Amino acid sequence: MMRREQILNGAVLLGLIAVPLWAWSSGEPFIITLATKVAVLGLAGVGLNIALGTGGLVSLGHAAFFGIGGYAMGILASHAQQYVPLFEWPLLVEGTKSMPVIWLVAIVFSGLAALLIGALSLRTSGVYFIMITLAFAQMLYYFAISWPAYGGEDGMAIYVRNSFPGLNTLDPIQFFAITFVILCMTLWFNARLVRSPFGTALAAARQNAERVEAVGIDPYKLRLAAFVISGMITGLAGALFADLNRFVSPTMFGWHLSGELIVFVILGGTGRLLGPVVGAAIFITLEHVLGGISEYWQIFLGVLLLGVVLVARGGVIAVIAGKGVAHD
Amino acid sequence: MTIILLIEQVLNGLQFGVMLFLMAAGLTLVFGVMGLINLAHGSLYMVGAFAAAAVAGATGSFLLAMAAALGAAAIAGVIVEMLVIRRLYDRDHLDQVLATFALILIFSEGTRWIFGSFPLYLNIPPYLSGPITLPGDIQYPLYRLVIIGVGLLVAAGLFLLISRTRLGIRIRAGESDREMIAALGVNISVLYTIVFALGAALAGLAGALVGAIQSVQVGMGEPVLILAFVVIVIGGIGSITGALVGSLLVGLTDTLGRTLLPVLFGTFMEASAATTVGAAIASMLIYILMAVVLIFRPTGLYGAR
Amino acid sequence: MTDVVLSCTKISKAFGALQASKDVSLDLQAGEIHALIGPNGAGKSTLIRQISGAMKPDRGTVHFLGHDVTRLSAIERARLGLGRSFQISSVIPDFTVLQNVALAVLGDEGNSFHFFRDLLKGRPTVERAETCIARVGLEDRRAVRAADLAHGERRRLEIATALALEPRAFLLDEPMAGMGAEGASEMTRLLDTLRHEAPILLIEHDMDAVFALANRISVLVYGEIIATGTSDEIRSNAEVRRAYLGEEETA
Repeated sequence: MMRREQILNGAVLLGLIAVPLWAWSSGEPFIITLATKVAVLGLAGVGLNIALGTGGLVSLGHAAFFGIGGYAMGILASHAQQYVPLFEWPLLVEGTKSMPVIWLVAIVFSGLAALLIGALSLRTSGVYFIMITLAFAQMLYYFAISWPAYGGEDGMAIYVRNSFPGLNTLDPIQFFAITFVILCMTLWFNARLVRSPFGTALAAARQNAERVEAVGIDPYKLRLAAFVISGMITGLAGALFADLNRFVSPTMFGWHLSGELIVFVILGGTGRLLGPVVGAAIFITLEHVLGGISEYWQIFLGVLLLGVVLVARGGVIAVIAGKGVAHD
Repeated sequence: MTIILLIEQVLNGLQFGVMLFLMAAGLTLVFGVMGLINLAHGSLYMVGAFAAAAVAGATGSFLLAMAAALGAAAIAGVIVEMLVIRRLYDRDHLDQVLATFALILIFSEGTRWIFGSFPLYLNIPPYLSGPITLPGDIQYPLYRLVIIGVGLLVAAGLFLLISRTRLGIRIRAGESDREMIAALGVNISVLYTIVFALGAALAGLAGALVGAIQSVQVGMGEPVLILAFVVIVIGGIGSITGALVGSLLVGLTDTLGRTLLPVLFGTFMEASAATTVGAAIASMLIYILMAVVLIFRPTGLYGAR
Repeated sequence: MTDVVLSCTKISKAFGALQASKDVSLDLQAGEIHALIGPNGAGKSTLIRQISGAMKPDRGTVHFLGHDVTRLSAIERARLGLGRSFQISSVIPDFTVLQNVALAVLGDEGNSFHFFRDLLKGRPTVERAETCIARVGLEDRRAVRAADLAHGERRRLEIATALALEPRAFLLDEPMAGMGAEGASEMTRLLDTLRHEAPILLIEHDMDAVFALANRISVLVYGEIIATGTSDEIRSNAEVRRAYLGEEETA
């Protein structure tokens, strides 16, 4: 069963390169953009999957980190674009158009936010945890709306995509390559994480927290660390998403996005390494196929989702690769 | 800042809080009795508002509109409960979140499909519009007072229902011991449908009442739903008293925060900056309140410890 | 003076009107098996939860290796070397036998915050885990998911997990529960060797095992210890006979 999942994982990644390469050779930049969107939203889902799939933490507030990543990009780039420093005191902080710097800032700040939100939310569990994570994300949403310096409700446009040393990021296929490499590196990290002592203990705490306490490990610390790692990855995805659209707005903090991230994870299969990527690919394909047929395509999405939850639990990967998540 | 303005804002806060209570009461009952987290509760709020706007548009009667809101939301509640929700009681919270998220998509897009994307308007009837003069020469819109009155009546009715009636006894029994009341011959699935429909009707009523102040549009239920979650986290899941206290706390904190914080910041900041900072912080105030409650009482003010 | 490893002094715990533990004092000495028996509902599990730290007593203290651990959490007590296996089956169902035991080794090593190295490729960890698995005779089942084990095997896995913590004292909550006669006698032999590793506080319903193994037995009735002594002393104790057999007191 595990073999099959590995082969499937390879096929998914190959497909994710093949489609944009084909689109590139046949001059379809829009398809490349869609593939980039899959890679970026898949990355956000991979982040969530660490908390949700491995840790069993149903966060309905991951848009918070996605949005912080987006605004990290928006704020830094808008200052650079206007040649106005962010701060002059106590030390001079200038904006930047450099992607690596923006990513670093996005990761650090979404990690800090995850530390704060997680420290509070993880004092509770179950349905409280769901509602509280949702509420904190909503808080940032309203803050972004009511803070006029960075566009308020209207958001901010960044006119030229940020730069990466040695690449022309304005070329869709080159920007896709950046997001794809980041996705693969994160997946590799995630695969290591799941097999590491930390990942093992985290998965154990999901299944039987009392057992984990009995061997002297504190589940709270495990979960908090997982939540922070998860938030950092989703934050990085947010920065990339903002760069993809060259636009940030409070909707990046919106709770629909939190819901969709969960949908990616579940559609693909909870706790599966590539589940979120498969889920994002299905979601975006549906959006464009069904969206072309009907303006009200989300009805079909809703029905499909109901079907997955009520009938095909375990997600698409389970249907193709067999039920059990592989071990050992 | 005059005392009159302050009293007005307190009344606004009460009105807001009472609305939140109508939403939160249903959510907390459904969670307490069936153990279900229902994200689609906001959709029932929307259903109520649209039903009211449609009936008011057709008949011109505000009372009929309110009745339609209650009825439509309750019927929608019954249908949804029988088709989807009852399959979720034994599932984990993740499945419940997803399935009810799917319901939101269906409800929202379905409503957009039927009514279009433009907001509808529900007018306050003449006999409820206009300001009235309260003791102390305070002018206050009659309609908002009516909302406060209706909300408090519903709250009182709900407390009576829970504490005095046979249905209420069964609801309370359902919260503590499902198997036992099933063993006593109570038809549990009918009880669940009734509780869900009751919560739905309250949400529908809230949507219709608010629909006359704001516009009636797709997605209107979602911000209210999230506020109702904050209320429940503060009040404690499953507690009607907690829902009432939480609602009023959130309503008053939010309304007064938006009025008072800019003034407060204005005492030591330049006026326009004070407005900006004050408004931004006011928008976060109830979440900060929630965080503070969480630190001291992780299960809410009235939650089981 | 004997070497007391674990002791609780005048522990009391009430749930509303129900007095689950009433001034319970009990100790565990090096090298012994001390069995705790009593009718159902006597408060054995409540007592063991208070000793392990899963529950705080209303009054009284718990000492472990000379430290007052009354205020420490279950996690902190586990780190000091209090090894516990549960009454409710407490393995990680989706994990293999090896993963389950390796998790315990990890807890004992105190370094679960490693994000990169593969747990099952960490030599010392796996070797320690395998030693414990071999001691309970599960070496052929190391790659089987805990959920797929037979009941008795799962019990043995729990013991292996407790062993992996290299505890200074074991708290074993009904290790024989649900086992057949053969499994029970095998478990009896295992526990017999275990006591030299660390003393065992044993809760068990299987009286054959208790009387065969225990150096001392304490009898808990309605939250109170009514007698402590050797097997023979307990067998002939009038109060115990009354509690269990409902015999009238003989003068």
